[in-house]
Amino acid sequence: MQRLHAPVLLSGNDAVALAVKQSDVDVVAAYPITPQTTIVEKLSKYVADGELRARFISVESEHSALSACVGAAAAGARCFTATSSQGLALMHEVMYIAAGMRVPVVMAVANRTLSAPINIHCDHSDIMGSRDSGWVQIFCENVQEAYSRVIQAFRLAEDSRVQLPVAVNLDGFTLSHCYEAVQPLEDEDVRGYLPRRRRVVLDYESPVTMGGLSLPNTYFEIKLEQARALESSKHVFREVVKAYPGEKDGLDVVDVYNPGASVKAVCLGSTAGTLRHVAKTYGFDVGVVNVKLFRPFPREEVLAALSEAGLVAVFDRALSPGAAANPLTSDVKALLYDAGLRKPVWTVVYGLGGRDLTTAVVRKLLEELVEAAYAGRQEARTVYLREVAAW
Amino acid sequence: MVKPVQRLDELVDTEALSPGHSACAGCGAMIAVRQILMAAPRPLIVVNATGCVEVVSTQIPHTAWNIPYIHVAFENAAAVASGVEAALDVLEAKGLGRRHHILVLAGDGGTADIGLQALSGAFERGHRFVYVCYDNEAYMNTGIQRSSLTPLGAWSRTTPAGKLEEKKDLVAIATAHRIPYAATATIFFWKDLVNKVRKAFTFDGPSFIHVYAPCNRGWYFNPAETVRLSKLAVETRYFPLYEVERGVYRINYFVATPKPLEMFLKPQGRFQHLLKPENSHLMEALKQSVDRRWEELVVLSQRGKQAYAAMQG
Repeated sequence: MQRLHAPVLLSGNDAVALAVKQSDVDVVAAYPITPQTTIVEKLSKYVADGELRARFISVESEHSALSACVGAAAAGARCFTATSSQGLALMHEVMYIAAGMRVPVVMAVANRTLSAPINIHCDHSDIMGSRDSGWVQIFCENVQEAYSRVIQAFRLAEDSRVQLPVAVNLDGFTLSHCYEAVQPLEDEDVRGYLPRRRRVVLDYESPVTMGGLSLPNTYFEIKLEQARALESSKHVFREVVKAYPGEKDGLDVVDVYNPGASVKAVCLGSTAGTLRHVAKTYGFDVGVVNVKLFRPFPREEVLAALSEAGLVAVFDRALSPGAAANPLTSDVKALLYDAGLRKPVWTVVYGLGGRDLTTAVVRKLLEELVEAAYAGRQEARTVYLREVAAW
Repeated sequence: MVKPVQRLDELVDTEALSPGHSACAGCGAMIAVRQILMAAPRPLIVVNATGCVEVVSTQIPHTAWNIPYIHVAFENAAAVASGVEAALDVLEAKGLGRRHHILVLAGDGGTADIGLQALSGAFERGHRFVYVCYDNEAYMNTGIQRSSLTPLGAWSRTTPAGKLEEKKDLVAIATAHRIPYAATATIFFWKDLVNKVRKAFTFDGPSFIHVYAPCNRGWYFNPAETVRLSKLAVETRYFPLYEVERGVYRINYFVATPKPLEMFLKPQGRFQHLLKPENSHLMEALKQSVDRRWEELVVLSQRGKQAYAAMQG
């Protein structure tokens, strides 16, 4: 067995593929799409080289990729797929089914915007389109986290209290294609962390019917049970992180930087690093609330992080056209309202179609936010960070 | 080579499909499914596309299935079966499970229309399963809308003036993937059907069976006529029984003297307009299409005979 001498230099996609290999998956079904492709390229090579004992199914579409995973998981396999953007949109139908059938599929989503116009770069429009599909949805801040989350995702998905599919989101290109020093686990540690658990599967000796027809007399209860399982997966997520044999710092449901700050910036994914870096470098009175577990939304933890803030700025990397608020802002506002907290909440829309979020732009914005907080300004604003970086 | 079944009691004695499901009286599809299940080897997993068979047999909290069964969606049965097959293959190698025989059941819409892409992908990849399309020639579960397997001239709720296009040649599509085995079958010729099912399961790769399944609700005929119509479909050369084994065509029931096509069409409400003089051109077009198909098959099967003779040396 090859021992891994850490740290190793890996791209986000390499790190995901390595994590999947070490998780001893049985089936990978995938279809190429930028920026996810190199994950499954790497996996197909692991299989061809005999390093991963799995079947690699080169399906003819993402719809079939997820369908094959549902079938494989129903038959008892540990399985994985990865996609982005249009591929995720094509999977949309099967995403709801995977969650409704309670199959523990793990999927990496290298986040990319949606057509039209066609664009291969990062934003969160793809996963926000499947926000309500009933999947556990995790966002990663860096390559190390993408690696760790994939391994954790298998344990979470297969836990009998959860039995739900898990999507691990990594920002397209920013994480998928950037190289970082990663500290991987040893193979045996991953194996010990991911024991095979017995669950109900398709088997002739104990036949079950999966995917039956539900009429109005049963559907409501089934969907409520499913929603409850997703709700309670937050606690299991914490156990899963706690039991993880690698570095666990910053891997809780929410990661908060500068908790006492007057301004709180709430965000998902790799942007947290940029915000934290600028706040730290220039000494802004700004805290960063990095939501790692997006679904189930960690209400108590996010609320605790925001309760003392004078002003909240929510960074949304997706639009919800025509809605009362963009996706993440909508969650944050609902949370504050339920808690009876009336605070100014700004929506900061940024990075659509891969537009860079530069430190210069962030610096200017944080200045403005702090000024508004100190002036006690109460109005909510929507800011579009559209400045194009100088090349 | 499996020994052909000659008698009913040679089939498995346990019914995989329980009585009490909610299919319509005289449902051709359920008769076909029952025959197929009696012939299919064990251990068996059924993968079903959305459609009548799924809806009538899996109503929560009940199930008619005495064997493992999975339904996921309409267009992806072949992809789901691919996953099941791959999973059990690996799990058996790892000592975590065992391989099963896999039977896919899908209707004409789920196969020839919305499911064709997934089916083509699975055929090309060579997964080991038997895919059965039960063809009742329209979307019956949604209430009789035309599919690409609805025949020329037939009424449906979306072809109120009769369909103007010909039925797709599904077996030719399947065969074009160079799968080891494809065949047609129907319920009256049960021996032919069960033996084709048994044969299909012997190949190490995908097999395809196109089963003709009359639907009295969609075709408007007396439910007592289901099996007779399946017989007439063959005897009028409307639905020939043949198989394609490794590219070699063989007609299994040679209809030397076909019965008039009208005998098959007359009992069915969906063809009544064809029998009127003002629609004789449609009737003529349908007859020509049936004749042409038969002639093609005869040519293909003669080539098959030569190929077979050449193989025998």
